[in-house]
This record gives sequence, structure tokens and C-alpha cells, in this order.
Amino acid sequence: MEIKWYIGLAVALFCTGIVGVLTRRNSIIIFMCIELMLNAVNLLLVAFSKMHAASALGIADPSVISSAQIFVFFIMVVAAAEVSVGLAIIVMLYRNTRSVDVNFLNRLKN
Amino acid sequence: MRNVLELVWLIPVLPLLGFLINGLGRKQVSKTMAGIIGSGTVFGSFVISLLVFFSVKEGNTQVAHYFDFINIAALKIGFDFQIDQLSSIFLLIITGVGFLIHVYSTAYMHDEEPKDFAKYFAYLNLFVFSMLLLVLGANYVIMFIGWEGVGLCSYLLIGFWFKNTNYNIAAKKAFIMNRIGDLGFLLAVFWLIAKVGSVDFHHVFDVVGNPKTNPLTTFDITGITLLLFVGAMGKSAQIPLYTWLPDAMAGPTPVSALIHAATMVTAGIYMIARSNILYTMAPVSQGVVAIVGLATAILAATIALKQNDIKKVLAYSTVSQLGYMFLALGVGAYTGAVFHVMTHAFFKALLFLGAGSVIHAMSGEQDIRNMGGLKKYMSVTHITFLLACLAIAGMPPFSGFFSKDEILAAAYNNSPLLWGVGVAGAIMTAFYMFRLYAMTFLGKFRGTTEQEHHLLESPKAITIPLIILAILSVIGGWIGIPEIFMHGGHRLEAFLAPVFAQSNALTEKHHLSHTTEYMLMGISVGAALIALVYAWNRFSKYQKTEKEETGLGKVLENKWYVDELYDSIIVKPVLSVAKYFSNVFEKKGIDGFVNGVGKAVNYGSRQIRLLQSGQVGTYVLMMVIGILVFFIIQLFL
Repeated sequence: MEIKWYIGLAVALFCTGIVGVLTRRNSIIIFMCIELMLNAVNLLLVAFSKMHAASALGIADPSVISSAQIFVFFIMVVAAAEVSVGLAIIVMLYRNTRSVDVNFLNRLKN
Repeated sequence: MRNVLELVWLIPVLPLLGFLINGLGRKQVSKTMAGIIGSGTVFGSFVISLLVFFSVKEGNTQVAHYFDFINIAALKIGFDFQIDQLSSIFLLIITGVGFLIHVYSTAYMHDEEPKDFAKYFAYLNLFVFSMLLLVLGANYVIMFIGWEGVGLCSYLLIGFWFKNTNYNIAAKKAFIMNRIGDLGFLLAVFWLIAKVGSVDFHHVFDVVGNPKTNPLTTFDITGITLLLFVGAMGKSAQIPLYTWLPDAMAGPTPVSALIHAATMVTAGIYMIARSNILYTMAPVSQGVVAIVGLATAILAATIALKQNDIKKVLAYSTVSQLGYMFLALGVGAYTGAVFHVMTHAFFKALLFLGAGSVIHAMSGEQDIRNMGGLKKYMSVTHITFLLACLAIAGMPPFSGFFSKDEILAAAYNNSPLLWGVGVAGAIMTAFYMFRLYAMTFLGKFRGTTEQEHHLLESPKAITIPLIILAILSVIGGWIGIPEIFMHGGHRLEAFLAPVFAQSNALTEKHHLSHTTEYMLMGISVGAALIALVYAWNRFSKYQKTEKEETGLGKVLENKWYVDELYDSIIVKPVLSVAKYFSNVFEKKGIDGFVNGVGKAVNYGSRQIRLLQSGQVGTYVLMMVIGILVFFIIQLFL
């Protein structure tokens, strides 16, 4: 399979994420969109690693090169940690304001 | 005795040490200690100076190199000391008279607070140190360090009682006038560096004095000597920069004695005597020096005729005597100038210290109209003061006679007109000095009865320096007895001959015939004697009058209105320009700019603040736009 399919899918996912973040007001949905963007990038990383790394470095056996795949695991772990913190913030937000609308959160202004 | 010259560095270092101890520890040292340290260090320098003098007398001269002061490319300026006949004479004058003034000060300044007392001695020591550096320096740059040092110290000491605004103004005046002169000195040094490539006395004089190697044109040499003379004008109080010296009377009286006799004002004379070869080769400059000197001598003498402040009379007499010294330098009588510096140091220090003793006894009164009849209260002061007056009036056989006579004879050699004006000055000198003497010591006491009760002879620390200086004022001239009285009597000339050898080789000496010389002497002494007797008779019967001076007398009393003239043509315009800058340029221009920057930042931030709306969506949108812009720049541009 060619790399361009993977790139296309990743761009589509990423753009979905951006549009979601920009247009939605529900903070949980925004949060999910951010995760979408993150995983679009992860997908791209894995695809590039699989398809390109070996030839770029001039190594015959592609299975030897797996550093980017491992890198993705790290990103997932960090993302999981971030999600737990982010969700906790959203829960606290809801408890305080009885709402998860981000436009409601411009109280610090002025 | 050669090894004595190794100790030369101690001569300036001792007073510097005294300055550091008294200056840094002024809160710890007691008055007695401060006095002992202050006088002791100068005395130490005096002893070494004496040893050095005798060593030089045996023919040991040298330039001692200590370290490189400036070393850039081809220009090498060493921290060198020059030990020769001229500097050893000045060393003796500075440390000797300086020491006596220090001793005198211990009594005179006794009413000061301990820390002010120590500060005073610290300044005095620094003053002596600077002057020694000036005299010892073997090149113009080291000389300039001392030159600036004495300027600074005079400022500090004139403004010693800095709580009085007038004294501060006088101190500032001295400093600024000196700075004007210093600029001339500096320019001359730069000119020398540019043309000769060196500032070492030996090198410069050897190169310039030899017609084969002389790199200077007549224009260069005239320019350099005139600029150096501008420096001397400031330091040695010549027209037009003399007005600071009479104002310098604001300082304590021993300081006046130090400035007027041993240090500071003799710096200009020393510098020109040191550069004698340059002046001999620039006849135009010599003419300027002689005429400025003579004009100063006359102008200051006329002013002194009508002054009523005891110190002011002495101050103008110093300016006048300095004029004579410059006259001597201008007509090429370098020995005469140095001789007069020396005798003047003795009798002028004595006059000032005597005046200080009188002021001390009169509890601060300085107006001679309120004195009179002090003869019977203060015998030592009276007799020493009289001797000094006779010396300055040029009466034989007192010291002033020999030095002044030598200058006048040299002036006559140059042009009888110079001599005539010089004699007129000498007559006025005799007149105003004896007016001062008669009004102070003769007649009836004119002060208040309370002052009369306090009239007492001053303590030993004051009278002993007076006596020593009086002896020197009497016999000091005997080292320069003219040829007509005694063959080989002019020992000073023989001693200084090596220093002025180059100049003497260039000028042919034509001696006056003996009859002319006797006649000249007779006329000047006779005329001065008549003025003396007239002043004695007239002012010993002086009565206080309320009558205002009119006509010329009023002009003289107001010092020819020179101060007012300077005030209106220089000080006022400068002040008004300064006022413009402070009121308009500073407030509108600089403040406007500074405040404008502040206001612009304030306004700008108030506008940019609106971007921070608090809407998370807007932020993300901006971020995305930013990333897109970044991509576009990276990929397509």
C-alpha cells in the first residue's frame, strides 16, 4: 500500500479534530477532538516508520527499525496521563459551574 | 651619595601615606595624632629632599624609571622622576615651607572638630603630594597628574568650610579657571605627541634643541609654548585667569599660604622654566609671556592699593609678584624667575602666616580698617611681618631685593620700557605693603573693646614658623648676590646653569655696565623707599572714615570691575543658556521623549490587551492561523 493513503487519513482525522475544537463549545467534545488530532499524528508516525525509515537509512530489513513505533507508545502514555488530568479538570469545572460550556469560562477577563 | 637618589620615590609617597592615614582614619585619629602624621610625613620628605639636594649639588642627576605608565604602539610614557638642579630646589621649597605651614596649621586649626582637623591635614598632605609629583615628573604627562592634583586640592581646601555658600562658589571658581588653563596644557601635550612623538623632557628638549633633528616648525613651537602658557595662566593666576586667586582667600589662612607660596601658583613658573628651551626658541611666545606677566604685575598692584581685607591685599600682591616671575621668564631670565619663586615663597608664606596670626588674635576680623596698633600686643608677629614687608618691597639686603633686582635688570636688558613699568609696579608694591603694615600694626587700635581684650600673641606653633620664615626672608637672597657686589656671588645661577644651558647657548648675553646696573638699582630702591616712607607716615595716622571712595579709588576698590565684566560676558550668558536647557529643552525635549515612550507602551498594551478575549475558541483559531502562516512561509516562500 502506498504511503499517501495513510497521509490522507491522518490529514482527514487532524482536520476533523481542528474543526471540532474550533466550532464546538462543549469541553468534552473539544477534548475528544484534541485526542483525535493527537492520534492522527501517531498514525502518521507509525506509517512513516514502517514505510520509509529503512530505505532512508539504507538498512535492508525493515523490521529492525521500530524506534518510531516505540515512540508512539510513549506518546500514548503521556496522552493517557493528560486525559486523566484534563477529565479531572472538566469534572471540577462541572461541579463548580454546572456546565461544560467553554464560552462560559471567560470570567477571568477584566 | 648616589644611593640617596634611590630614595627619591619616598618624597612624594610619604605625604601620600599621611593623606591615606588621616583621610581614611579621620574618625579614629586624635587631633594630636593627625597633626603629627600630617607634619611628620612632610618633614620626612623635607629631610630626604635635603639629602637629594646635596647629592645633586655634587653633580648627581638622574631620571629614575619606575614603571610604564602608558605604552601604546610607538608612544611610551614612563612613570619617571627627574632629579636635577631645578627639581631639587623646588623640592626644598615645597617640603620646607610646606612643613612650616603644617606645623602652623596644628595651632591655627585647633578649634575644628577632630574629624575635620584630620580631613584638613589629609587635604594638605595630598596637596603637597600632588605638587611634589608635578615637580618630580620627568615628562609632561606625569607633570600633568600633579598639575590636576593641585587643582583638585585647591578646590577641596578653598571650600574646606563648605557650609558657607560663598566659599563653595570661590572653590568652584578656582577649579573652573584652572580647568580652562588645563585644557591649554593638554592641547600642548597632544601637539607635542603628534609632532615629536614623546613627552619626556630629556628627549623633547634634546630633539627640539638640536637644529638638525628639530621636527617642529616655528608655528608649532609657538603654538605649543603659547598653549603651555595658557596652562600656566590658569595655575599661576595671570591675566585673564587670575580672578580665582584672590577669591581663594575663602580657605583657611594656612591654605592660602600654601597655595600662594609653596605650591600651586609656582607650578606655572616651574613648567615654563622646565621648558625653557622651547620658549627660547619661540620669541613670540616669550614676548607674550613677558607682556602678560608685566600687565598682571601692574594691574594686580593697582588693585592691591585699595583693598581693605588683609588677605585680599596679600592675594593681589601674590598675583603681582607672579607677574614679575613671568616677566623674568619672558625676557629669558629663567634663573631670576626661579630665584624670585624661592624668595617669594619665604616672604609670602611669612606674610600669610603673619596675617593668619593677626586674624587669629582679632577673633576672625580681617578688615584692616578695624585693626591698628597691634604692635604692642603681638611683638613676634609684628617684627616678622615687618621683615617680610621689607623683603617684598625690595629693600636691600632682604631677599626680595636680590631677586627683584635681577628680574628688573634682565627686563632692562630686553627693553627699558619693560623696566620702567616694572619699577612702577615695585613702587606700588612698597606702597601697598606698608599701607597694610601701618594700618595693621601702627597707630591706635580701632576695633571693639571686646576684641582688644582678646589680643594676645599667638602660641609657639605659630610663632616659631614665623621666626624661621623671617630668617629665611632676610638671608634667602644671599645665594644670589649679583656679580657687581661680589664676584661669584650668584651661587644659584651657577647651580642651575646645567638646566638652562641649552637656552643660554642660544641667547647671547650682553652684560650691563656696572654704572648702569648701580643706577637701575638705585632708582628702583630709592623710588620704593620713598613710597614706603610715604605710606608709613600716611597710614600710621589712619582714622576710620565713613567717606566713600570716589573716581579711580572706587574702581580700584572694586578690582577694575573685572569680576563684574566676566560675570556679564561669560557667566550670565552661560547661565541663561543653561537655564534654557534646563527649563525648555530638559522639560519639553528630554522629559517629553521619556514620558512619550512610557505613554506609547501604555497605549499599545491597552490595545493589544483586547486580543486576550478569554474565548478559548479564538485562541485556538489564532494558533491554527499561525501554524498555517508558518506552513505557507516554509513551503511556498
